[in-house]
Amino acid sequence: VNGATKDAVMNSTLANLGARRKSSGTIPKSLTVLAVIIIVLMLGVILANVILGGIGIISWEFLTSPPEHGMEAGGIFPAIFGTVALVFLMVMTGVPVGVLTAIYLHEYTQPNSKITRLIRIGINNLAGVPSIVFGLFGLGFFVGFVGRGIDSALFPGAGPVWGQPAIIWAAMTLALLTLPVVIISTEEALKTIPSELKDASYALGATKLQTIARVILPRAMPGIFTGAILAISRGAGEVAPIMFTGVAYYLPYLPGKLNDQFMELGYHIYVMATQSPDVEKTRPILYGTVLVLLVLTFLLNFVAIFIRSRLRMRRIHG
Amino acid sequence: LRFGANLVTYKFKPKSKLREFVGEKFMALNAFTALIVILLIFIFIFKESLPIFTNSDVRKEAGISRMVFKQQYYEGRDPKWSWQPNSEVPKYSLLPLFLGTLKAAIVAMLFAVPLAVGAAIYSSEFAPPRIREIIKPVIELLAGIPSVVLGFFALIVLATVLQKMFGFTYRLNAINAGMALGLAIIPTVYTIAEDAMTSVPKSLREAAMAVGANPWQVSFTMVLPAALPGIAAGIVLGFGRAVGETMIVLMASGNAAIISAGFTESIRTLSATIAAELAEVVFGSAHYNVLFFIGTLLFVFTFLVNLGGELVLARIKERFQGRTR
Repeated sequence: VNGATKDAVMNSTLANLGARRKSSGTIPKSLTVLAVIIIVLMLGVILANVILGGIGIISWEFLTSPPEHGMEAGGIFPAIFGTVALVFLMVMTGVPVGVLTAIYLHEYTQPNSKITRLIRIGINNLAGVPSIVFGLFGLGFFVGFVGRGIDSALFPGAGPVWGQPAIIWAAMTLALLTLPVVIISTEEALKTIPSELKDASYALGATKLQTIARVILPRAMPGIFTGAILAISRGAGEVAPIMFTGVAYYLPYLPGKLNDQFMELGYHIYVMATQSPDVEKTRPILYGTVLVLLVLTFLLNFVAIFIRSRLRMRRIHG
Repeated sequence: LRFGANLVTYKFKPKSKLREFVGEKFMALNAFTALIVILLIFIFIFKESLPIFTNSDVRKEAGISRMVFKQQYYEGRDPKWSWQPNSEVPKYSLLPLFLGTLKAAIVAMLFAVPLAVGAAIYSSEFAPPRIREIIKPVIELLAGIPSVVLGFFALIVLATVLQKMFGFTYRLNAINAGMALGLAIIPTVYTIAEDAMTSVPKSLREAAMAVGANPWQVSFTMVLPAALPGIAAGIVLGFGRAVGETMIVLMASGNAAIISAGFTESIRTLSATIAAELAEVVFGSAHYNVLFFIGTLLFVFTFLVNLGGELVLARIKERFQGRTR
């Protein structure tokens, strides 16, 4: 490009800018503000509706007693118990796998190696699989393949023992669904650990495994907790993956064994909202259940956000 | 001497090479879980839909042509597309379900994309730091609402409000379900779009400012075009989520499998069909196979969408990082 053309281009650019300068962009700017306001308002309306509709029925009795009269009276204790048991099993089966994955990716592989990229593609895609597909997979793999496999190997001739919908299969399905959350959160924490600490550990003669177990893991604990909490908050609200793998609308007993079915808050909401014979009578209980589920997931989210922001501070301040 | 010997064993015993080796391989095995699960998901879902292609009885009842083309189910009546798997003559046309899924997703995108991208532009370009610190948790809060709660809200509250405002004939319809679905995908689109804009290199902004652009010109003529591929990736990933989301459409769409062009009628989506029908289906029947086939379609579709989105995002990241260096 010769000097004259260059000048011409520059001049036309400046002229263009000059012509546009009159507008200070007030309209597009205020449109973006409007978008934020609408989002905040909608969130506010949903929260207000659920809180106002549900707060009236919340009582110690509501939280600790079983449903009565076809869900028209009584409480939701079995659903709370089932949800807690479900996410407990989910954490026990899923978090170790997620933590070990993150450590392997961060400590053992090169960030741009083919293996790391492949695993990352797998993790990102797992995070995008629709939850209903997880439900189908849980039914086909855990209940149908693993469960029936155990039955035919250990209990031939008997009725289904493990080859039926059960809390352990639902928990393991959810564990796979929440695996990416745990991995990403643990990796965030691993990134905050200064390499001087690892170097010091190696200098003292520790092996890689010892360094991981005694230096890295303790330091990564807040991140692992955050991941577990986010996984719980996500898992507690998922209904589609557990629909065919173990949840029941009403059970007269609490789940006591790994192959029992269970009641769950989200599923309780779904059935009460869509299949209740008398919507007006069940409405207060429905709202109360939604409020309990929302408070549960939000509390967990807040705790996770709090721990994570403290982790970030540590990364900044060393 | 004895003490010394103990010290020596204490120091050297844990340094077992075998333990290091086993430890690493065990972690590697765990790391491959995600990949293996992706593979298993495909195998196990596709396996259950195989009879559609291999079993001649199932093929006659619910083969691919039965799912795609118009069928004449009764003598003397016009051929049509129809999803009625439980009727006397089971009908397995997927067209009404595709149409329903598309309608819900379109409404969701029309509703969510302007809001999410607008909010992302504001918080990346114009928001004072303090307000920005408020917007992010609000979006995270929205992302934290379980989809069954959004479905509940759309079914009990939103549907009534919309019907009163616009006088819809059907209370549960594509617009109602699509709006609730939009709420669910706003966080996805917002997060990726905001990320794309904040990762535009500072040097680009400075260059624009140096030739005399004012802040809003920098944002709209420099940052936005540079971030466009990232924003597009966010929109595509949001669409993928809208297609796969289940509970919201199951509760708020009315679940009627009809063919029509209107958005004010009830719809039935692919995902909701699986959720609603799998529990009552006879194990191993043609209906069962078709539901797993729908699951396979959903899985493959979202897989391709996610893969495409991820690749675009990775390429942008490389490009921007390459420029700043």
